[in-house]
Amino acid sequence: MMGLDATRIRSVVRKELRDYRRKRSIVVAMVILPTIFLIQPTLAIFLASPSSSGDASYYDLPLLLLLLIPVITPSTLAAYSVVGEREQGTLEPLLTTPIRRQEFILGKATAVMIPTLALSYTVFGLFLAVVRLFANPAAVSGVFQQGPVLLALALLTPLLAGWAIVVGMAVSVRASEVRVAQQLGMVASFPPLAVVVLLGVGVIHPTFTSAVLFAIALLVIDVRALRVVSRMFDRERLVTGAKAARS
Amino acid sequence: MTPTKLHAAKSPPALAVTQLSKRFGERTAFSDVSFEVAYGEVFGFLGPNGAGKTTIVRTLGTLIAPTSGAATVAGIPLSPENGVDIRQHISIMPESPGLYLRLTVTENLEYFAGLYGLHQAGTRIKNALAAVNLADRAADLCGGLSKGLRQRVGLARTLLSDPTIMFLDEPTSGLDPVAALEVHNLISGLRQKGVTIFLTTHRLEEAEKLCDRVAILNTTLRTVGRPEDLRRQLFKSALVVKTLVPLSDPDRLFSPIPAVEGWRSEEPGCYELSVSDIRLAAPEVTRGLVNAGADVLSIGEARHSLEDVYLELIDEDVEARKQ
Repeated sequence: MMGLDATRIRSVVRKELRDYRRKRSIVVAMVILPTIFLIQPTLAIFLASPSSSGDASYYDLPLLLLLLIPVITPSTLAAYSVVGEREQGTLEPLLTTPIRRQEFILGKATAVMIPTLALSYTVFGLFLAVVRLFANPAAVSGVFQQGPVLLALALLTPLLAGWAIVVGMAVSVRASEVRVAQQLGMVASFPPLAVVVLLGVGVIHPTFTSAVLFAIALLVIDVRALRVVSRMFDRERLVTGAKAARS
Repeated sequence: MTPTKLHAAKSPPALAVTQLSKRFGERTAFSDVSFEVAYGEVFGFLGPNGAGKTTIVRTLGTLIAPTSGAATVAGIPLSPENGVDIRQHISIMPESPGLYLRLTVTENLEYFAGLYGLHQAGTRIKNALAAVNLADRAADLCGGLSKGLRQRVGLARTLLSDPTIMFLDEPTSGLDPVAALEVHNLISGLRQKGVTIFLTTHRLEEAEKLCDRVAILNTTLRTVGRPEDLRRQLFKSALVVKTLVPLSDPDRLFSPIPAVEGWRSEEPGCYELSVSDIRLAAPEVTRGLVNAGADVLSIGEARHSLEDVYLELIDEDVEARKQ
């Protein structure tokens, strides 16, 4: 990744953010999904029976479900990122500039990451604030005693978002049309969903150590996957639909 | 010879292409193409649809890799390692400008100024927009512009980085005659500044007007040269004689003149004479017509357009393929 030009990456990020702001449907879609994912945990906390309120493990699953927000939120944008430009005819002029494929991928990924993190942490903050202010004391202490889960929320949010973005972009680089890319991009949520289910049914126990180890593993996977996507970015395939001949 | 042309004669070429070929599987996009373009030259690239023009532009612009052959672009060898360096020295305007419709004209240009890493982007954007007469539309969303105006924004974008070589793919496509004339003037102005322009066009009169040399491509390169030279190579010199009343015995009149090699008449009172030397033939033919008492309407050199050259070569290909 040597020799990357920060100006070019910043230009891609700035352009993407401008483009998102101008398209209301993108903003609405990004806000709706996290809001939906906020409903179940909130109901679970406020409708808990008195016997459940005292059980600390009862709060694991509602909190862990919040981890799906950074996975679901960026998938549509990431899947659109390359094939969308191709469909609207803006990709070819872009590829004629000196931008390197790594700069393009990093710029696009950062542009998706920024609103994803802003939304995810805002939703977490809102959730915790609502619990703190309006839930019964047993529920408040139950939620705020979930140290490993709260650490996982803080640590894993950018890493899970990174995973979803990288998978979405990988699909986008190879897909022939936006709709297919967006459907396939949802595949990114399967592995995190499986982990949440395993945590929820008690196969994996949330501890500080498991949260940190999972974060480290995810970081390694994200970085490697980003490199793979950069290599998949083939100008010739994107312009002509045919793979570059290696002579 | 202008200073630019003098410079061009001494410099290495801006573009040198040697036996370049590109295949997509079994399909050949272009084959064994060789030509050179001097710095400051406006080089026209003509050919029917599917002839390989856009693929050559994409290849020289490092978007796609050639199957075989070699090229240097702005003095840099064409290779994957040199892609960034080459793209820094060139700009390409594809046939469709590919603008971000939700961004303003200025925002579109700011984006590309950033991708080229340009300093003083604001001044450059202002100058580029002024050059294409769009200064007053700088704050408009591109989605609200007509096709012609979008084309001009695309052209402004190619001007931003002061490229050594500009590849323009059908730059006047979709423009009204006034806007097309403005683009022609812009291209002429760029030539004066020494910018090398590689112009792909279907408008043969545009190529004839703007280009120092043209190449005609039909998968293989059919010919390269100045439009004037191509006409001379393909068509013999000819005189066109028009008379009010058809001549009674044209053969008796034209055949004795040594410079006249043959003649034909496709309509009454109109004769096309093949001549070896127009300067010898014209006075002789005029004298002959006067002596014969013919009512002459006009005598002139037959002008073959670039379109005639183009059609002649492409027709040859069609005939060859039939055989």
